[in-house]
Amino acid sequence: MTRLAAVALVAALALPAPALAERLVTTLSTSRVLIASNFTGAEVVLFGSVERDAQAVARRGGYDIVVTVSGPRETAVTFRKERVAGIWVNADSRTFVNAPSYLTVLANRKIEEIADNNTLRRTQTGLARTLLPQEISGDIADSIRDDPFRQAFLRLKVERGLYREQQNGVTFLTPALFRAAIPIPDNAPTGSYEVDVKLFADGALLSRTQTALEVVKVGFEQFVANAARDHGLLYGLATTLMALLTGWFASVVFRKD
Amino acid sequence: MQIYLPIAELPVNILLILVMGLAVGFISGMFGIGGGFLMTPLLIFVGITPAVAVASVASHVAASSFSGAISYWRRRALDPSLAAMLLIGGLLGTTAGVALFTLLRRLGQLDLTIALSYLILLGTVGGMMITESVRAIMRARRGRPAEVRRPGSHMWIHGLPLKMRFKTSKIYVSVIPIWTIGFLIGFIGAVMGIGGGFLLVPALIYLIRVPTGVVIGTSQVLTLITMGYATIIHAATNHLVDALLALILMIGGVIGAQFGARTGQKFSGEQLRLFLGLLVLAVGLRFAYDLVVQPPDLYTVRSVEGQK
Repeated sequence: MTRLAAVALVAALALPAPALAERLVTTLSTSRVLIASNFTGAEVVLFGSVERDAQAVARRGGYDIVVTVSGPRETAVTFRKERVAGIWVNADSRTFVNAPSYLTVLANRKIEEIADNNTLRRTQTGLARTLLPQEISGDIADSIRDDPFRQAFLRLKVERGLYREQQNGVTFLTPALFRAAIPIPDNAPTGSYEVDVKLFADGALLSRTQTALEVVKVGFEQFVANAARDHGLLYGLATTLMALLTGWFASVVFRKD
Repeated sequence: MQIYLPIAELPVNILLILVMGLAVGFISGMFGIGGGFLMTPLLIFVGITPAVAVASVASHVAASSFSGAISYWRRRALDPSLAAMLLIGGLLGTTAGVALFTLLRRLGQLDLTIALSYLILLGTVGGMMITESVRAIMRARRGRPAEVRRPGSHMWIHGLPLKMRFKTSKIYVSVIPIWTIGFLIGFIGAVMGIGGGFLLVPALIYLIRVPTGVVIGTSQVLTLITMGYATIIHAATNHLVDALLALILMIGGVIGAQFGARTGQKFSGEQLRLFLGLLVLAVGLRFAYDLVVQPPDLYTVRSVEGQK
């Protein structure tokens, strides 16, 4: 139902790079996901094609595609509960700076099989290899991969449906044509989402292209959210007035004497 | 039927929220309380963050106490000058409460504070109400007359200076305990998302010796104004009031309250206090369970800026 009235097609072309024989052409089914009162999540479909020029050599292993969609950046705190005097309290915490509020990684097969670990790390491919800088006493640095706070952060985000890694998320329709369905969950934050598409072949990154989509509240939802943020006092007065009217109305309707 | 809440930023089942409003409204009408202490935990239970729940319930409580206050006003069953004195403390308390709420939210200890306050407050008050009402019921069973409410002996509260005469309530008492009670109710209400009626009514009866006839009406005036004020302050500082959520709750709440009030008349005061005591204690124990039993996941993630 959240399928959108206006479907704007955005095609982002990779910059022509003479050294590379392949380039990517991609398009999204929509560049704007609209949140209205009946929003329960949406799906944006990405179509892409691998364009080869005359110098392109045959790739024995075929092509691999990894699509990374990251939502607006935010600062998030991960708390760890400990038992203090018999009750469970948030005792320890780590602050993740500029972490994506939403992150989906879609690939056509197991990411670890696409390239070696160094290449994947360098290109930040996959949830586990995404940089998540933590603020540690004023300094900002990414922690080791098996840091419990980092792992908990990833796990909780996955549980909420905000982070996702899908090894069969990209489907090749022909050897050069692919599609990927990007899920936008009902709790997706509003803002601009970067869509990064990487083309690998034989374990090497051949080409990369970026596009973007936007998640916005519209209509009533947008009006309420903007009013609450920009005119807090008026919004509060209006809500209180609404409460008084409801209460008064009830007392009139149900008046017994 | 799902509806997307603009501030809570998640879809909820509109019927579920409406039924919750009706159920809590029924209870609030039956006992003459706002019902915030039930509504806030219920909202947290369906996945709304504690911060949004506390802020939005304030306006729901304002609506139900306004319809209550109107009907008590028609019967002249409230004391305007006593309500005004309580309000002086109440508004100060609400301001302080919202400030603490904002601070705790920044420190990441808001959820713990809400849970602990619920446990301590509801546990104590629920326990006291049960003991008191069971004693009263036993006495009635044995055929002895109910204990006289107003013994001639004066408590220390009645020795305080700044005395003032309240004509409707027919009491002559210092304004210091009245300001203090108003302050505490406003403060607790803003932090916990409750109107505080279930605390205010016994405090006025037992400490200030306000006659039972005017106490509920007066308490509803205080609840109305502190909760209306809390809504405005929460909206202006934390931007967490979800008007759509509040509206659905209010509609269910005011309708439920009418039926609750009729049902409530079928029971004696002691029975009602026993039911309410059990309810209050049960909610308190629910919070105790979460605090004491090891949570299935020790980690939680919270966004601190930009998106909630």
